[in-house]
Amino acid sequence: MAEKILLKGNEAIALAAIHCGCDGYFGYPITPQSEVMETLMAEKPWETTGMVVLQAESETASINMVYGGAGTGKKVMTSSSSPGISLMCEGISYMAGAELPCLVVDVQRGGPGLGTIQPSQSDYFQATKGGGHGDYKIIVLAPAYGQEMYDFVDLAFELAFKYRMPAMILADGVIGQMMEKVEIKEQKPRWTAEEIIKNAPWAATGKTADRKRNIITSLDLDPVSQEKHNIHLQEKYRTVEENEVRYTEYRCDDAEHLIVAFGCMARIAETAIDRAREEGIKVGLLRPITLFPFPKKAIENRLPQLKSMMSVELNAGQMVEDLKLIANGKVPVHFFGRMGGVVASPDEIYEAIVKRFK
Amino acid sequence: MKEEIIIAGFGGQGVLSMGKILAYSGIMQDQEVAWMPSYGPEMRGGTANVTVILSDNKISSPILNKFDTAIILNQQSLDKFESAVKPGGLLIYDPNGITHHPTRTDITICTIDAAAECAELGNAKAYNMVVLGAFLKMKPIVKMENVIKGLKKSIPERHHHLIPMNEQAIQVGMNKVIKK
Repeated sequence: MAEKILLKGNEAIALAAIHCGCDGYFGYPITPQSEVMETLMAEKPWETTGMVVLQAESETASINMVYGGAGTGKKVMTSSSSPGISLMCEGISYMAGAELPCLVVDVQRGGPGLGTIQPSQSDYFQATKGGGHGDYKIIVLAPAYGQEMYDFVDLAFELAFKYRMPAMILADGVIGQMMEKVEIKEQKPRWTAEEIIKNAPWAATGKTADRKRNIITSLDLDPVSQEKHNIHLQEKYRTVEENEVRYTEYRCDDAEHLIVAFGCMARIAETAIDRAREEGIKVGLLRPITLFPFPKKAIENRLPQLKSMMSVELNAGQMVEDLKLIANGKVPVHFFGRMGGVVASPDEIYEAIVKRFK
Repeated sequence: MKEEIIIAGFGGQGVLSMGKILAYSGIMQDQEVAWMPSYGPEMRGGTANVTVILSDNKISSPILNKFDTAIILNQQSLDKFESAVKPGGLLIYDPNGITHHPTRTDITICTIDAAAECAELGNAKAYNMVVLGAFLKMKPIVKMENVIKGLKKSIPERHHHLIPMNEQAIQVGMNKVIKK
């Protein structure tokens, strides 16, 4: 039987990186995710799997080390929290342009600016709408459990390589700092040089006589060919939207009202929903696991049975904009949220449910 | 079974590690567990608290308004969490340094003079284990054998020789808890 151990979400990320055969981690400490690098340093994977762990001089340096590693077909990653991710956005945009796979973990804290160190979800727009410049998307996974922090590392790399694009785990201070039971998987070996050539034939692994040069770049000075590249990227994003949507539903079968919440807020909302159900309020929960691709069709499919929806987030109401596009005026979309590092309690959400749905 | 617990006191009293040992004991008993600390500037030299949930079923919210049990180790925490105990719930506190004692009549209130018991044991570091023993006497939600397994998992191997001493401290807490 697989071992089950007590881990902080951040520690789960670090162990998962080692266990899934990650080649390199480059990061810079910031609360509330510092345990990611601390755990990697304590585990010393360079002595076992050969994984590189390096504390860079800044977030900007970290993401550019990731860019370099990814260009050679390695499974590389970084992690940070909100202000650090802002610094990395240039690099993420370049990697999206150069079609490079990588994993970026954002354990969000309150903003804007340096903000607070407490939990927040105020980087939803940054993660799902770009963050950096240019028409690009990244795959965004939103874990709600310690086990998902662990499992999504391997999944993020799998998707990133499948579609040649950056993937992000968008967590928050609650999931990062909380300890839960996590089932540990078997150690996967890191890819050999031959496996990298097979799995990432586009990578800069040293030109051989039987192929053209592999060039890693996001620069194309010819607008016609750049537009062709843009069209290709957009087609790829549509394929991702078609194939990779993930979500869970809770008490939705007879729901007349739907709460949509991700990450820690989905769990807190679940407790509030149980209490509202006892009062006879027919409310359910849809938890997007992928924020890009967003579960548009799943929510659309629920619309005929719904009287209203409510987005519950730790921000000023960001995902609510996506829900309004899906609702398209058919049902009202309400919002409840807290900001700045304050975590909404089940009682507060229950009161919002009563106010809006009863 | 579902037990929602708040443990609160000063930083340095072993609040977080007591919670961790309790959570690990739950895992050893095949329960679902969550350990959610307050983190941030308030922890540095100030109060520390942690929510621990043990449950037979999947745990939804790790953020709670009300608790089945409050384990309270200083006055500030007593003032803050006495009202957060569910009716019929349990409040255990160390009376050492407490000037305003709890007044609720709809909950079970217990005291454990853990500081004094530690002095008698000659080991101040066993403070949180005495308190844990008091809790486990009142609510035996995890078996002692699983607590010891939880201890082994929580403590680095180089400190495993201290486990018998910790077990003894838990026993002392079990014997000395006073129901008011």
